[in-house]
Amino acid sequence: MSEMITHVFTANALLTAFAVVGLVMWLSNAISKYLTRGRVHGSAIAIIIGLAAAFFGGVWTGGEKGVADIPVLAGIGLMGGAMLRDFAIVATAFEVDVVQAKKAGLIGAIALGLGTVVPFVFGALVAAAFGYTDAVSMTTIGAGAVTYIVGPVTGAALGASSAVIALSIATGVLKAVLVMIGTPLVARFIGLNNPRSAMVFGGLMGTVSGVSGGLAATDRRLVPYGALTATFHTGLGCLVAPSILYLAVRATVGG
Amino acid sequence: MTISGVALLAICTLLGVYLGDLLGVGLGVKANVGGVGIAMILLIASRLWLGKRGLMSHGLKLGVEFWGALYIPIVVAMAAQQNVVAAMEGGPVVVIAAVGALLLCFGLVALLSRLGGTSETMDEIEAKSLVAAEAARVAAGDPA
Repeated sequence: MSEMITHVFTANALLTAFAVVGLVMWLSNAISKYLTRGRVHGSAIAIIIGLAAAFFGGVWTGGEKGVADIPVLAGIGLMGGAMLRDFAIVATAFEVDVVQAKKAGLIGAIALGLGTVVPFVFGALVAAAFGYTDAVSMTTIGAGAVTYIVGPVTGAALGASSAVIALSIATGVLKAVLVMIGTPLVARFIGLNNPRSAMVFGGLMGTVSGVSGGLAATDRRLVPYGALTATFHTGLGCLVAPSILYLAVRATVGG
Repeated sequence: MTISGVALLAICTLLGVYLGDLLGVGLGVKANVGGVGIAMILLIASRLWLGKRGLMSHGLKLGVEFWGALYIPIVVAMAAQQNVVAAMEGGPVVVIAAVGALLLCFGLVALLSRLGGTSETMDEIEAKSLVAAEAARVAAGDPA
């Protein structure tokens, strides 16, 4: 009986992954709504559940690919693999409104630039301070401090080890979670009450989930303005982190 | 046709990744250089091009937006297959890098949003548009 169920799951691995991830998303949104009163975005909770599952999967199987090493959950490996990940991230660019984006103007562009470079440099320095002194690892962890998308995209492009990619995702996710929780607390002190500062905020903070979660908890009306610049953030980070920033790090530390 | 949207997305992604590989070879880096970012720019450009020519059908949009909507679940699946056990060994890196980056960015938001002088708050904008709507109503001769 249980063998038959196992067979259905392994023979339809990708469908199993859709079902499992869907259930995790549903559960996360329920936790977000009822336990945190919407303060922590459901997507952030889902990602934390994913990372936690990967931890227990890794402990259980002794493998390097989290829950994807468990045969019935192998489809998670395809669903979250490089092919579909890049496909879905590119698709989000479709929502960018160029006309509105132009209104953000110079200050939005400055915020985007600083929001990429400043966390990157800080993250790379912290990585180096903890012994990750090779250019690929420094770049990947620095990129993770930009967003949890830029981190793994950069790490995959540069051929970083899975452990370093996991560190970079964890850094980005923790940052996103802290943005969601911290934004309503600091909003008053950083002048976050108008569209312009919301665009600056989106450009600097990155992650759409962090920004939209943080702004939703502060003032719902600010969400689209922040998300507008934030959607550029990931694209910009994916463009410059594995290229210009990596070359700069390599030129500085060598190898 | 929905498949045309999925195909457009696939073509942009493949082309972007290919150009990223080429750029990597050109720069002498053994890596894909910004392939995803290039693909995003290609998709925005093709959306504008199609929109201008009135070729943006509902099906085409659906084909792209469906995958965009799946991006968070795919990121969750990606998180679930990472080598988190190994990442835990470097715990403090994560906390220090994340908290430090966050504090720096909050500081910069405060600085940048004050740089250009004060601008209208959401409350002021909303109040203004209410007044404008009221004025338009009165001007139109609506007694209510």
